[in-house]
Amino acid sequence: MKKVIEASTAVAIGVKLCNPGVIPMYPITPQTHIVERLAEYINDGLLKSEMIHAESEHSAISAALGAQATGVRTFTATASQGLALMHEILFVVAGMRLPMVMAIANRALSAPINIWNDQQDSVSERDSGWIQLYVESAQEALDTIIQAYKIAENKKVLLPVMVCLDGFTLSHVYEPVDIPEKKDVDKFLPKYNALFKLDPKKPVTMGPIGFPNTYMEFRKATHEAMLDSIDVIKNANSQFKKSFNRSYGDGLIETYKVDDADYAVAATGTVCSTTRVVVDELRKQGKKAGLIKIKSFRPFPKKEIISCCKNLKGIAVIDRNISLGNEGALYTELKSAFYNQKKKPIINGFIAGLGGRDITPSHIKTAFKKIIENSSNTEWLL
Amino acid sequence: MKKQEKPKISVGAVIEEPGSTIKNKTGGWRSFRPIRDKKKCTKCGLCWQFCPDNAINENFDVNYDYCKGCGICATICPFKAIKMVKEEK
Repeated sequence: MKKVIEASTAVAIGVKLCNPGVIPMYPITPQTHIVERLAEYINDGLLKSEMIHAESEHSAISAALGAQATGVRTFTATASQGLALMHEILFVVAGMRLPMVMAIANRALSAPINIWNDQQDSVSERDSGWIQLYVESAQEALDTIIQAYKIAENKKVLLPVMVCLDGFTLSHVYEPVDIPEKKDVDKFLPKYNALFKLDPKKPVTMGPIGFPNTYMEFRKATHEAMLDSIDVIKNANSQFKKSFNRSYGDGLIETYKVDDADYAVAATGTVCSTTRVVVDELRKQGKKAGLIKIKSFRPFPKKEIISCCKNLKGIAVIDRNISLGNEGALYTELKSAFYNQKKKPIINGFIAGLGGRDITPSHIKTAFKKIIENSSNTEWLL
Repeated sequence: MKKQEKPKISVGAVIEEPGSTIKNKTGGWRSFRPIRDKKKCTKCGLCWQFCPDNAINENFDVNYDYCKGCGICATICPFKAIKMVKEEK
């Protein structure tokens, strides 16, 4: 069934279709609409979940951790300062291998205080052990929530997943969305069956101390699960295509007119939509432009990126974040992916769209112009 | 450093055997051991109540397998019946 809905509603519908048993929530702009919709569904009897009003984001994620440990599917959502407050528990959830799903409506971090969009909040949590998937449209947000549970709960993975959508720029945008049938989602996503759970009938200890003789092995195992998730993400995407006739590249990256391109923009999130329009415009002028959308930032799909860039002369990386004192995070990681390659494209970095600054077609045209000219420093598209 | 045997790595460090902490004997951490003077002791039970490691039993004897030698029992004893004596080999 197709409906014109807000992307936040699309996320909430995606969550409802996955039937989480517990949803701890704490409001924060621009995420609030997601949990508001879920609260309405619970109130109206459309979703049989336990809603927990937490007193902070630290408590919301802690409650989600506890609920997930009892073997129940959970969900929560946050943004910006809320995600920063969750920081401590994010690492615990990943280390305890609890496959929960959380939506992030990406927002800038203080100071100065700013409620608008950039991706600094989730990029700053890239080392937490959470899979991070960045989406471009309301449809992709809904579909990715369903896929996220499938990926997280896979026994080879058992890691939490963040589904990141640009705050306001996507979270508050109304788009036509094809809503999947519940019975089809139930077929795609089987009932959650935890590997371990807190159960008085069969007691276990969760979250114990890891002494120096085991801690590294546990960290390595979590890292390997993250690497194993690459194939699981691809499979979830192709299975989703079979069930719902929609897919997003290979699940990790999505390319647009890259095969015969000379130059491409690499980016995450909604800026990819604007870039598609710019690519079409440049193509009309005879310039061979393309787009590489990085959907999965963690795990970082190095092989997939390298293989799609074989014929490229240059890549302009647009970062909606800045690692202060260095450069944009995606820029750093993309360059490192090519370090051992004999043939590599020129790669330049551009910082854009921080704190709700619009990224317009003219910004993206500037990035294309500068990569063609090959100016080597990190540029700010102000 | 003595090479320790590697314990089995479970997913998320879950321990499937409940109560297994008892295997981890912490008495070796001790640098002072509590010695109770049975003549001074009135069996008031404050040491048993305050011991953070549950290493004093209902007869007020110390279990040296688990006593870490924190000295709380000696400090709390109103009759100065417990002395902390340096561990020496």
